[in-house]
Amino acid sequence: MLKRLDPAQATLRFTFEGEPVAARPGDTVAAALLAAGVGVFRETPVSGAPRAPYCMMGVCFDCLVEIDRVPNRQACLTVVADGMDVRRQHGAREMA
Amino acid sequence: MSEAVDAAVVGGGLVGSAIAWGLAKEGASVALLDEGDVAFRAARGNFGLVWVQGKGADMPAYAHWTLRSSELWPQMASALATATGVDVALRQPGGLIFCLSDEELEERGALITRMHNQSGDIGTRIIDRAELRAMVPGISDRVVGAAYCPKDGHANPLATLRALQQAFLALGGSYRPNRTVDRIDAAPHDFTLHCGAAQVRCRTLVIAAGLGSARLAPMVGLDMPVTPLRGQIMVTERMRPFLEYATHTVRQTAEGSVMLGDSHEDVGFDLGTSAEVMQEIAARNLMALPKLADATVVRVWSALRVMTPDGHPIYAQSERFPGAFSATCHSGVTLAGAHALALAPAILAGELPPSFDSFSPRRFHAQAA
Repeated sequence: MLKRLDPAQATLRFTFEGEPVAARPGDTVAAALLAAGVGVFRETPVSGAPRAPYCMMGVCFDCLVEIDRVPNRQACLTVVADGMDVRRQHGAREMA
Repeated sequence: MSEAVDAAVVGGGLVGSAIAWGLAKEGASVALLDEGDVAFRAARGNFGLVWVQGKGADMPAYAHWTLRSSELWPQMASALATATGVDVALRQPGGLIFCLSDEELEERGALITRMHNQSGDIGTRIIDRAELRAMVPGISDRVVGAAYCPKDGHANPLATLRALQQAFLALGGSYRPNRTVDRIDAAPHDFTLHCGAAQVRCRTLVIAAGLGSARLAPMVGLDMPVTPLRGQIMVTERMRPFLEYATHTVRQTAEGSVMLGDSHEDVGFDLGTSAEVMQEIAARNLMALPKLADATVVRVWSALRVMTPDGHPIYAQSERFPGAFSATCHSGVTLAGAHALALAPAILAGELPPSFDSFSPRRFHAQAA
């Protein structure tokens, strides 16, 4: 379980699966979700296994989430914006 | 280190690995010599088509050989799955070539007629926009029709390579990585390959070393004038299934990734990629499948096709040093079934069938009639 050094600085608000999450300006979506205790970001396309961020630097694609209805976003490379609607990525995305 | 085997195969790509497995299946003791990552390794960059239509125009022997391989593929895939547990994801739903203008469609139609007359009817036909839309729901109005061949398909080329090598090992085959063949002492049915300090002695030798074949073949009286032709490929994020059919420029893998490719670039041994070519590949495929526009590309790479002067395979036995065979082509995936299950037994028997005469490199030296 990851803990914030200074929870008071978490001034942004977004939602994950409809639930409110707090973030600091500059947090990536992945960092904010991990700080909020989220353990499962997505399920894999082939076996459906649960996944969470692994590399935190854009390489492993294990942190994929849906952000504001855009699927397969890399949570570790996306900076939180106030009011974002973030959802789990279930398997492969649909073609638009 | 010295090793004596019935047969040695130089080249651990798809051609060499398929032949090596086929030889081992026939009961031979086999050494497979793989040069390593210093080689160009076309087998690591394949698109993965098991493609029949259009192959062997003006060379019926090649058309028939390709068809035979596509028919042997299911047998190979199932034998590999049994031996290794690896699913090579073979699917043969048929293949499409999208035509973006009436001229392209007419040219395709003429090619189908010509090949039908030369090599027989394998069911390839032109389909119109309405039929195509039923097969590929996301297809754009820009596509006026397509050539459809029910024999075409696709497979996972990396899984195929791994399965062939694993099955080869399971039969007791000797896989030797990092073996650059420096020279070969040749006598009829007696070859000694020198790889640094290591030596391999064999009665039967197969040169299937891709672009390295041009250097090795003359050591045993063979002629393999191969040159590189670059192809770039890009692959997207995984998506839910939307494209069942194989096409020559875009296919969706069993895992959902979309592969886009089919550039033909004469750039020597340059394994780079370029934005211009990627743009062309993307633009052409977006004309056919506009919904791909927001798919994220996750990787790009290039590979060098192994091309003979006419693009058709070379298979021959050395006249000066019988027991030495050449095998090269630019369709290591498509022809894997035939290489493993038809070519390898003929090589072990010591003679290529008479129908293979047209694959001899003598065709490059024929006098004009």
